[in-house]
Amino acid sequence: MKADQSLDCMGLYCPMPIVKTAQKIKELKTGQVLEVVADDIGIKADMPAWTEATGHEFLGAEEAGGEIKVYVKKTHD
Amino acid sequence: MAEKEKMTIVMFSGDLDRALAGFMLATTGASMGMEVTMFFTFWGLNIVKKNEGGIKSKGLARKMLNLLNRGGSRRLTLSKYNMMGLGTWMMRGLMKDVNMPTIDEFITMCKEMDVKLLACSTSCGVMGVPEDAFRSEVDATVGAAYYLGEARKAKVSLFI
Repeated sequence: MKADQSLDCMGLYCPMPIVKTAQKIKELKTGQVLEVVADDIGIKADMPAWTEATGHEFLGAEEAGGEIKVYVKKTHD
Repeated sequence: MAEKEKMTIVMFSGDLDRALAGFMLATTGASMGMEVTMFFTFWGLNIVKKNEGGIKSKGLARKMLNLLNRGGSRRLTLSKYNMMGLGTWMMRGLMKDVNMPTIDEFITMCKEMDVKLLACSTSCGVMGVPEDAFRSEVDATVGAAYYLGEARKAKVSLFI
């Protein structure tokens, strides 16, 4: 999936990937896509919960090796 | 945007493991767009005491209590397997190994995210903890009514 910006959360556990995503999304423009790369499997359930709470759009997850990539579309400021 | 959802956490325990759980949930809640209030009471006051200096309290009993129960983020111990500090030391190492923030780092994050840190006035009175014993990140010393005032508006309230 194509993303406008990427956030490296490899080696970080909950809650850091979500905390960093919340900070990083501020740098994106509405409509842009953020890719979060992590290896904590919690992110697969956490990111959709985060987008539901914040109103952004969860576009899906891709998994390759030990690497999980999740995609979030910024829908508002 | 509509008014933010609220979340409150009573931090009753001064155990390192429980404190970490509280801060993880507080920072996650703030990341999810919630307005988070942490209310430190009883042993939980130890989490937000300064690490440096003594605690000046009045009367023998309170002086002794504050000597034994000195507190400070870097003095917290595990609720289990402390083993005279050995277990806590090992756990701090394990947490560092997986890049988990320390209590100090969590407190800094909380401030950046506008999490409110409140000390319980009654506990401070009973235990003889003066306001200058707390680190500068503590926003105010308040009572139970203020906490409940926040909690009744909150969607999530936890007691840790």
